[in-house]
Amino acid sequence: MPRREDIHKILLIGSGPIVIGQACEFDYSGTQACKALREEGYEVVLINSNPATIMTDPGMADRTYIEPLTWQLVEKVIERERPDAVLPTLGGQTGLNLAMDLHRQGVLEKYGVEMIGACPAAIDKAEDRRKFQEAMRHIHLDVCRGEIVNTLTDAREAVKEIGLPCVVRPSFTLGGSGSAIAYNRDEFDSLVQRGLDQSPITEVLVEESIIGWKEYEMEVMRDADDNAVIICSIENFDPMGVHTGDSITVAPAQTLTDKEYQRMRDASLAVIREIGVETGGSNIQFATHPDTGRMIVIEMNPRVSRSSALASKATGFPIAKIAAKLAVGYRLHELPNDITRETKACFEPTIDYVVTKIPRFAFEKFPEADSTLTTQMKSVGETMAIGRTFKESFQKALRGLEVGRFGFGCDEKDLWGTPEQPTLDEIRPKLATPGPVRPWYLRYAIKSGMSQAEIFELTHIDPWFLDNLCEIVELEDELRALGGLKHVDADLVRKAKRFGFSDRQLSHLLEATETEIRSYRKSLGVVATFKSVDTCAAEFEAYTPYYYSTYEDEDETPVKDPERQRIIILGGGPNRIGQGIEFDYCCCHASFALRELGIESVMVNSNPETVSTDYDTSDLLFFEPLTTEDVLNICDRVQPDGVIVQFGGQTPLNLARALATHGVPIIGTSVDTIEDAEDREKFQQLLKRLGLRQPANGIARTKAQAVAEAEKIGFPALVRPSFVLGGRAMEICYDRAQLEGFVAEAFAAANGQGVLIDRFLEDATEVDVDAICDGENTLIAGVMEHIEEAGVHSGDSACVIPPYSLPGPVVQEIRDATVAMAHALNVHGLMNVQYAVKKEDGRPVVYVLEVNPRASRTVPFVAKATGLSVANVAIKVMTGKSLEELGALEAPVSGYVSIKESVFPFNKFTGVDIVLGPEMRSTGEVMGISDRFSMAFAKCQLAAGILLPESGLIFISVADRAKAPAVDLATRLAKMGYELIATAGTAQTLREAGIEVATVKKIQEGHPNLIDHLIDGRIGLIINTPRGKGARTDEGRIRAASVIYGTPCITTIQAAQAAVKAMEALKEEELNVLALQERFAEAGV
Amino acid sequence: MSKPAKLALEDGAVYAGYSFGADGEVFGEVCFNTSMTGYQEIITDPSYCGQIVAMTYPEIGNYGVNEEDAESRQPFLSGFVVREYSRRVSNFRANEELEQFLARNGVVAIQGIDTRALVRRIRDRGALRGVLSTKDLDDASLVAKAQASPSMLGRDLVREVVTDAAHDWTQGLHPLTRLEDSASEHVETNGVAPESADFRPHVVAMDYGMKWNIPRYLSQMGCKVTIAPGTMSGEEILALNPDGVFLSNGPGDPEPLDYAIKAVQHVLDQKPIFGICLGHQLLSLACGAKTFKLKFGHRGANQPVMDHVTGKVEITSQNHGFAVDRVGLPGELEVTHTNLNDDTIEGVRHRELPAFSVQYHPEASAGPHDSSYLFERFRESMSVASR
Repeated sequence: MPRREDIHKILLIGSGPIVIGQACEFDYSGTQACKALREEGYEVVLINSNPATIMTDPGMADRTYIEPLTWQLVEKVIERERPDAVLPTLGGQTGLNLAMDLHRQGVLEKYGVEMIGACPAAIDKAEDRRKFQEAMRHIHLDVCRGEIVNTLTDAREAVKEIGLPCVVRPSFTLGGSGSAIAYNRDEFDSLVQRGLDQSPITEVLVEESIIGWKEYEMEVMRDADDNAVIICSIENFDPMGVHTGDSITVAPAQTLTDKEYQRMRDASLAVIREIGVETGGSNIQFATHPDTGRMIVIEMNPRVSRSSALASKATGFPIAKIAAKLAVGYRLHELPNDITRETKACFEPTIDYVVTKIPRFAFEKFPEADSTLTTQMKSVGETMAIGRTFKESFQKALRGLEVGRFGFGCDEKDLWGTPEQPTLDEIRPKLATPGPVRPWYLRYAIKSGMSQAEIFELTHIDPWFLDNLCEIVELEDELRALGGLKHVDADLVRKAKRFGFSDRQLSHLLEATETEIRSYRKSLGVVATFKSVDTCAAEFEAYTPYYYSTYEDEDETPVKDPERQRIIILGGGPNRIGQGIEFDYCCCHASFALRELGIESVMVNSNPETVSTDYDTSDLLFFEPLTTEDVLNICDRVQPDGVIVQFGGQTPLNLARALATHGVPIIGTSVDTIEDAEDREKFQQLLKRLGLRQPANGIARTKAQAVAEAEKIGFPALVRPSFVLGGRAMEICYDRAQLEGFVAEAFAAANGQGVLIDRFLEDATEVDVDAICDGENTLIAGVMEHIEEAGVHSGDSACVIPPYSLPGPVVQEIRDATVAMAHALNVHGLMNVQYAVKKEDGRPVVYVLEVNPRASRTVPFVAKATGLSVANVAIKVMTGKSLEELGALEAPVSGYVSIKESVFPFNKFTGVDIVLGPEMRSTGEVMGISDRFSMAFAKCQLAAGILLPESGLIFISVADRAKAPAVDLATRLAKMGYELIATAGTAQTLREAGIEVATVKKIQEGHPNLIDHLIDGRIGLIINTPRGKGARTDEGRIRAASVIYGTPCITTIQAAQAAVKAMEALKEEELNVLALQERFAEAGV
Repeated sequence: MSKPAKLALEDGAVYAGYSFGADGEVFGEVCFNTSMTGYQEIITDPSYCGQIVAMTYPEIGNYGVNEEDAESRQPFLSGFVVREYSRRVSNFRANEELEQFLARNGVVAIQGIDTRALVRRIRDRGALRGVLSTKDLDDASLVAKAQASPSMLGRDLVREVVTDAAHDWTQGLHPLTRLEDSASEHVETNGVAPESADFRPHVVAMDYGMKWNIPRYLSQMGCKVTIAPGTMSGEEILALNPDGVFLSNGPGDPEPLDYAIKAVQHVLDQKPIFGICLGHQLLSLACGAKTFKLKFGHRGANQPVMDHVTGKVEITSQNHGFAVDRVGLPGELEVTHTNLNDDTIEGVRHRELPAFSVQYHPEASAGPHDSSYLFERFRESMSVASR
């Protein structure tokens, strides 16, 4: 049956900000869905609060609402747009939950909106653990023994049957959050209590422990005729006990015989049918006992998931696109397989390579957090690699992680053979407790001679995987024993490359430079070949140019068209804090713009979650690690006319110099310019020449120098390592003692480079500017005023377009300075500048903090706020067009206020102090748009999940320097009818100002203290600006507790001022929604 | 992986790798299978007689070999080709390494070659004759040998694999294949009926190189199964007094098998018939259809087939190099199943008689269980005929 004719307009719900457990994969699925539905002639209405997504580009949907994802606001969208249907299965857990809210609140019924893809009953059956278990029993599939409980008493009763260790899982939480393993009774009680609190329906599942069992996932698709196929099987390297998002995973399954695989396939099909997901994709997790083969069903996602994105990239099968088409009535066999063209989407992809996914963690940002990997997801990103063997893909994935590792050891960070080489006693606990460093300790264990049997005992990693790791180490030892490059013949080099060894690793093993290794192996004819990802193991001809490198005989890359330019875009690699979806957005736009210009676009990236790695984003896609070697291999084959390093964040910039040295043509701003902007001295001279100010600064190479520099510059001083992303190891030191305490960490993070020391400007307003320069003219794309003061990392503060408090002349001064620097640096393409504006002697003074001649994190936000396609214009400029030609000398002026707010992963790292500082810790962003500041701020808070209370109790505790503004805020809050409470000091200040306030005990003063009030849910909002920092301080404990009990906590006075304005506005007026297309039309974009 | 081996094709291509099975030199038509699991079932499938089989999935040997998953008494294929042989076995049912199993059964095998390049060559040029050797490593000599080796066309390979004498079969399906035991009413596609005391039809299963999972299915659904050599005449078959006759899979070109075609013609209007793969071709030939050689065949576990009766698609396991031609298909045969990839005939039924057949493998092993309903359909046709 072809497409449904009875529906015309479809509402898609996005997944909101990037958080742990919900990342770019839902931009990928949502974007595919938008394209697929519009291709069929449906009108698509999209709502998503995340401006950094491709899907929220105004060209992707017919109507795009960047609005908070609450059922009330979605109802407003529905009321305005009157869609016929809502597709809930492509926006992650957020989209699914929201659709269920709309259903429960009767909104869908009221407006006659049909839920397509999966009906509420099916979603409920899959998501509600009790119903799911019942359903599994009904089809006689084995499940984990367990009991669902709603009280601690019942839980204690249940655990008597089930035994310890056991798993405690709260119902209806995101990314399995709150799930953990209890090994003893005390742990059990506290986990159950926390789980009950976190579950929106006060329910937890207490379950038999299947830690150490083998873990599998199956990706299933089903159409309305009940045709169902398996797209991909995935086997986890890390067995049960580690969340699949935190596990190394491999596709396809490696250790199942056909009988066992088919049993899992039968079970998967039985599950999707029993649950009743009518159309689309689902993901089903299984565990099997390694000794008996007993198979149990763990869970099912009745929607497109992170694993679906991985499966799509692993096989080439576009799950989200097909899911969207199935939802509007198509049958699988009515849809073509885009890759082969002649065959149909109704088949099961078969692959002739091995895919390995490795998660990336950010524990260095949260030193107080527990880095043990459990059933709650903690990773912030992932990389995927494709090789012809597991060994090859595993080593490629390790270097794709971009954590300074170049494979399975044998690199600069390798501790083996150094004085820090771990002993067996150090190795064993690192194996037994899964953590982010376990892969490296597996190697140390093998190097130490630990038997595979013992490693298995400690880790339960399947012996097949372990033996493959041993093979890698055996070859390492063989190579190392040769005594240098000249003893290695072509066969052995080839073997090493086929095992996935990088040239960098070989340089360590063979005592030669990386360049020597490269030219030596090339002279032996050992060069990378590229094979295509074609869904069918070469059985049919593939038309989709999606490639990976390997060392084989035949290369499949297409010959270059002599008539057509070919340009490579280097992507951003795995998501991390400081480098995420914003850069993928930029890379995708780079590709779209190149294609507009008739230039062949070539994407290189290793992040399976992204739109950039979708097979139809670029003309050619290379799914490869972003290292010098891997990029050079691609350049050797595709012979690009240019390589773009400006759009993928720090990752490609770090490669720029090496690529240029090897003769790769970098287009746009030159590598010299990029380096000049990073070079402190050159930059200082440049500013002096232009008459621009900079905070006093210096550079130190030793601790003593650091102290001397700081004394010279004066405190407070901002201390940070150079060439490090996202404010890693950055700190504001208020005195010498603090500096001395911190500086060692800074040097460690600096990795041999210097440590920078700047005078820290207190109480200054920070401003971000994005600009594009063509060498002649400079377009100021956006001037953003931060809400939080300078000192809070720019990626963590909220920012506003247009500036909301800066006087016009100051903004003009900033614009002029930006133009001057763009010209002086000879920028061709994008540039981002950070300024601080500090009142000195009553007059605002502008300081330049930093210039980055590349795409910044704010590019998508600026584009959504102004309607100017910033990245598109920048690419055209880089390929030689002038701003004048493009008609882009001025950015359009919007009549609206747009605010970007950051979203933090604190709920995954309980106990961590949430106070903002120079080290970036946010994972994502949301945007609020309105005709005035207060409402825009109210929206972005709501979108970020910060629920400003409508009434009730507000706790205020501020540092001395914030007392004066606090009095103003307290007065206004009291006037609105809120009750205030404070600790003694702040209370006294407020009382002196005539404000009624209750006093609450500090934690060490006994009970009832503030934490008791938090536990009881009596506090609606905390305003706490820090005196000290750290989870061990009293106020740090309060802030950490606010996360646990879900109470909003504002930690800067500027944010508190904005929040109070928002609360005042909300008393007067309701929130309203407007489509981006309407806003832009008003501005004449 | 020290011992070298080479695979040479008639078109001059030579692939150098390493031996991991028996020593020797073998000839055969080089073909590829795209199934990611089931190498043991593939190696022991007698239909591969006369062929050198390359696996497209690169990591092979991972889960070893076990006694339960064999599809015949021994491998009949000529040679086996993989990208990466796994030296480590990991599976709770494994009791032998693949390498030992191949060596023990005299199968020459090669690993370490660019199997994807090989597959692309076969895809583009069609099935090619080849030689796989651990003895002769001279490229020119090997290519000459490949060119001199016999073609598949017109050869009777069935006689090389059939059983000698009729015998009973009693083994049922492996517990792992019997999800229906625990979930019968819910897994429609796996709906093999449980053993029934009321009706125990006697099936004579004509063995032309039959995979054992076929009699396992027949037995599981309550049939009394007699396995008869594929060389048996129609009179001999009827003398066994069956309720239905099953025609099995088997190797090679169906056209030279005139004895088998004659036997099918003899029983066609006497007994219900169900054919699989070669059995499907024999039934079609017996009704007057023609067969032809496919460019490179269908071998894998992901082939989509449309059932024209239900309009539904099943994912099927396939292994065939020949197919029934749509051109000249006799009027009494109705096409019931079509391959969605290339539109070839995947199943036919006789318009008047209780005879039907499919080109693919509903017994799976290796492959999905979507099509096991066909065994039930056969049982029903015997049940109707017996009334």
